[in-house]
Amino acid sequence: MTQPLLTTSGLSRDFGGLRAVDNADFSLMPGEIRAIIGPNGAGKTTFVGLVCGRILPSSGTINFVGADITTLPAYRRVRLGIAYTFQVTSVFANLSAYDNVALSVQRTLTDGRSRGAVRTGAMKALEQVGLADRAGTPAGQLAYGHQRLLEVAMGLALQPRLLILDEPTQGLSDGEIEGFVALIREIARDATVLIIEHNMPVVMQLAHRITVFDVGRIIAEGDPAEIRANAQVQEAYLGAAHG
Amino acid sequence: MTEASTARVYGLHAAVVAVLFALNFLLPDYHHGLFARILVLATFAMGYNLLFGYAGLLSLGHAMFFAAGLYGSGLAITYLGFGVPAAFIAGLVCGALLALVVGLLALRTSGVAFMIVTMMFAQALLLTIVYFNQWTGGDQGLVLQQASRIVTIGNASVDLTVPTVRYVAALVLFAVVLFATLAIVRSRFGRVLVAIRENEERTRMLGYDTFANKLAAIVLSGVFCAAAGAAYALLFGYVGSNFASVQYSILPLLWVLAGGAATTLGPLIGTLFIYYVTDIASSYTSAWLLIVGVALILLVLFAPKGILGAVRKRWIRWLP
Amino acid sequence: MAFGPHLLLATLEGLVTAAVLALTALGLSLVFGVMRIVNVAHGEFFMLGAVLAWAVATALGTHPALGFVAALIVAPLVVGSVALLSERLVLRRLNYDPEATIVATIGLLYIIQQLALSFYGPEARPVTPPFSYRVLLPWFGYSGYKLSVIAASALLLIATWLVLTRTKIGLVMRATQYDREMAQAFAIPVERVYAGVFALGAMLAATAAVLIVPISQAHYLMGQDPLLLSFIVVIIGGLGSLRGTVVAALLIGLSDGIISMFFSPTLAKLIATLAVAMVLVFRPQGLFGTTAR
Ligand SMILES: Nc1ncnc2c1ncn2[C@@H]1O[C@H](COP(=O)(O)OP(=O)(O)OP(=O)(O)O)[C@@H](O)[C@H]1O
Ligand SMILES: [Mg+2]
Repeated sequence: MTQPLLTTSGLSRDFGGLRAVDNADFSLMPGEIRAIIGPNGAGKTTFVGLVCGRILPSSGTINFVGADITTLPAYRRVRLGIAYTFQVTSVFANLSAYDNVALSVQRTLTDGRSRGAVRTGAMKALEQVGLADRAGTPAGQLAYGHQRLLEVAMGLALQPRLLILDEPTQGLSDGEIEGFVALIREIARDATVLIIEHNMPVVMQLAHRITVFDVGRIIAEGDPAEIRANAQVQEAYLGAAHG
Repeated sequence: MTEASTARVYGLHAAVVAVLFALNFLLPDYHHGLFARILVLATFAMGYNLLFGYAGLLSLGHAMFFAAGLYGSGLAITYLGFGVPAAFIAGLVCGALLALVVGLLALRTSGVAFMIVTMMFAQALLLTIVYFNQWTGGDQGLVLQQASRIVTIGNASVDLTVPTVRYVAALVLFAVVLFATLAIVRSRFGRVLVAIRENEERTRMLGYDTFANKLAAIVLSGVFCAAAGAAYALLFGYVGSNFASVQYSILPLLWVLAGGAATTLGPLIGTLFIYYVTDIASSYTSAWLLIVGVALILLVLFAPKGILGAVRKRWIRWLP
Repeated sequence: MAFGPHLLLATLEGLVTAAVLALTALGLSLVFGVMRIVNVAHGEFFMLGAVLAWAVATALGTHPALGFVAALIVAPLVVGSVALLSERLVLRRLNYDPEATIVATIGLLYIIQQLALSFYGPEARPVTPPFSYRVLLPWFGYSGYKLSVIAASALLLIATWLVLTRTKIGLVMRATQYDREMAQAFAIPVERVYAGVFALGAMLAATAAVLIVPISQAHYLMGQDPLLLSFIVVIIGGLGSLRGTVVAALLIGLSDGIISMFFSPTLAKLIATLAVAMVLVFRPQGLFGTTAR
């Protein structure tokens, strides 16, 4: 049996009196597309924040490809191959789209020489998300949907083993979402994808497995059909969402 | 990015240096002396700009790095009998060490706290200089003898007290730091600094050790400012505690704001502009502090991007 | 003099320093706490208060007590208006951006300093104390005026505290401090609160200065030390905490008084400056403060 890419055990995080993530045991196999769903404030963003190191846990451990990364600073985790795209669009607004992606690319290059390699890598990532013709535009002047795509390109260009996407389709039009689903499928050929998503059709199309959070706890996990059939989930989430 | 723009950018900077060299032969005495001083102070401003303009860290204590170079070389000449090159290097080393220590401590803070901490460290250095006035000369300062400011290489000797030599030496320093800055800001490191300025959290999540990058920026900035300080001591032969005062932490900020933060040539333009404005104004009034004050307020209110920042925005987009 | 009385004297001097410092620092702390900006020109508001006190007392030229009382009313009002004006003309337009504000208040510092130099001159000038009663202690006589400065400052601090905790104005200020957007949503006129707080901060500094001029003369550069010391007090006391400010002012005032009586004042300042920088680096919430919300 192959070893999981990521496992967390007993992972918790308190904010004051509030337990945003409560004793989460979670594991992710390489090559998977995993969706995390759950109502607003369920602790999804906090959970992936713990995984990528933006937030430190109150207790519990995190394991990535066999190594304990619980106390590793965020930038070291990124170097190990955990890339994170922000829920709130967080591109460098005053830098060109090209520079945004180039920042990712240049970090992955170990030889300090070739300017050409940064250029090739950056343009490849921009092409992958369909923004190559916008390379020179300041990121802040791109349309909102394009900023989201740029955000994904920045994650992609890090050549991660695990790409974490926090509500990437939020604010995209239906047409854009369709292209996006195709893009994620393509990315998943090389990387494991962990995606937080509220848009159910997207989740059902993409995810191999789904993990459901509610008030900080993992309440269910399974393939899309199982989750659809799960009464507890329907009550906590789907019921609420579909009225 | 492309070959053509690289040539254009370096060409522009080389042209600026060439014009400044030509001015050595053209300027009348008074302005010749003023320009030599401005070139050294513009170097100080360039060091400040690297940290403030590019990395986005607003320090209110950069006088300490200028003073580190000034006293490092001045004291080495006066008490250790160092020659000019060794004294210059002593100044650089002092600046680098001070910047390293200050950086390791001050970078634990950010924003307003960073400004106050840097200001306090600079104040502490000033008080140290005053406290050891037996050696530093305190407020009076020290005058470096002419004999100690002559560089001997083999049989030839270069006398830094001769105006033309002084001008050219100042220009060499300026040019070296200018091209070093240009190379840095166009490098991958420079891109990371700008990214930190724009959004530190995002930069960290791209896998960069932002602390280490900021520390490197402080040390480089400290070394440039110390180089200016050391050159000031060697070229003008005076080392005084007023160069360590708050005023000399504010002035580089003013020069950079006026010329345009995060532009390579902005510090030169800003220093020139402010220096001449105060110089002209002081022939009408002694109230030069008033002019500095009004200039600061007008700049933050109406021209936060400075002269070259505005030029870049309107006309010359490729300006680095 | 024996060591005991010497220490008592140093303590009394320290208390006077602490009293004036607490008022000045409170002004800085209020402005920082509510508006989240650092006013580098705060020391100049202090200086302006002292210079105006001299001007008012000299212009009236009658009984010292009359001149002093007039100064105590006029100087803070004028300084408050200057602060109000600069808030309106400059800070508001900068939208209270912390960095731009620092640069702008540095500009203000230079302007006020230069105007004082041009119109008041480089001399240090005294103001006659309103009364010259001396309290006779067994070992030495001590200025009754200095003791009354301590008392006056204590009263003003208590008054400010009451305003902050017991009145509607105080509530509005604290609400603005806690969350600007939320306050706006509750129809609190945030801009007016800011203007008021900025003026109040300046007035506290001016009042402190009027109290101190009969002891240490008015001079156009006298704003620098109070600024630095106020920073120190505000940082050690924890930003925006009234109690912390007073405790820290006592600590700094007393130790400054005592250390500079026994050691070199430069060394005392040097140590204090470094100590404060370290506090800011390792305990940014101050020695007495708790982590900001
Ligand atoms: N930095 C913080 N400080 C205090 N509380 C926080 C912080 N971050 C999150 N929380 C709280 O933790 C809980 C979980 O928040 P989180 O952002 O993880 O939810 P989420 O599942 O991502 O919600 P959404 O679907 O709205 O994005 C919420 O109640 C939130 O208010
Ligand atoms: Mg979320």
